[in-house]
Amino acid sequence: MSWTVILVLVGGAYGFKALGVLGFGRVGNGSVAARFDPLTALIPAALFAALIAVQTVADGESLVIDARLWGVAAGGVAVWRRTPFVVVVILAMAVTAFVRWQTWI
Amino acid sequence: MSDHRREGLILAIAVGVVGVTFGVLADAAGLSLPQVIVMSTLVFTGASQFAAVSVIDSGGSGAAAVGSALLLAARNALYGPVVARLLPGRWVPRAAAAHFVIDETTAMAAVQDSDEDARDAFWWTALWLWSLWNLGSIGGALLGAVIGEPETWGLDAAFPAAFLALLAPHVRERPGQVAALLGAGIAIALTPIAPAGVPLLVASLAVVPGWLVGRREGSATR
Repeated sequence: MSWTVILVLVGGAYGFKALGVLGFGRVGNGSVAARFDPLTALIPAALFAALIAVQTVADGESLVIDARLWGVAAGGVAVWRRTPFVVVVILAMAVTAFVRWQTWI
Repeated sequence: MSDHRREGLILAIAVGVVGVTFGVLADAAGLSLPQVIVMSTLVFTGASQFAAVSVIDSGGSGAAAVGSALLLAARNALYGPVVARLLPGRWVPRAAAAHFVIDETTAMAAVQDSDEDARDAFWWTALWLWSLWNLGSIGGALLGAVIGEPETWGLDAAFPAAFLALLAPHVRERPGQVAALLGAGIAIALTPIAPAGVPLLVASLAVVPGWLVGRREGSATR
């Protein structure tokens, strides 16, 4: 990979992050962000749900149901039962690893 | 250690292991160690880094690598408004803080009850994550493929499960539920037909119906 490509990636990746942060700075008395507040408050819900969906069933550009779905479902039950964070993560990994191992046999 | 610092560390450990696989892949794709280090310290956006290196590894052009990587990086712009109020006010520290605005730091900050905790969670997650991601990347690039496939231990399920825990507080009320369900639906529907990264960007539009539901409920109870 050429250094040019890497430097463009450095600039581009930072550019997007900075756009979001600096574009929503404090402007005068109120902030620009304040105007969007009811909408931005919902960004985590929309984007993290989308991220979870993609990381659970996407494989490149195809949709697959595999061991990940079982692991994430187990994690979901654990979240619902208010299990500690670390248990949620380890449980999801363990279930996924187990299902994957089962299907290999 | 407070809860959010410990949770940030747990997330970072998983990220560090993924960093090892990034280092291995980058090494296989022909990146030098300095290039791997510059990627992980300065690009610091896991999904984009993987996308760029995968394109190069499969023989794609530099332009294709940049295109697919930046589509995945674009969503970080949407996190700015979420965390903006927590970051330093002065220009230079604020610009530096922007470097750490990614999925994990935003998610950890956005589940805290107070701004003080949110700020603390943001910075500790940033610190853990950045350190372990870089250590992992360097380790992977140096050691090569000695660790085997991390999928064997189910590591790929660790992230969606962790984000499920971080999503939970955002879906306690109707607007969040609507935004989350529609966001996930949009992302799944677009995955087969749009390049990676685009489904997530379009999914952010789900905030609008969520907001409309909240407004209607608000006026109904008033």
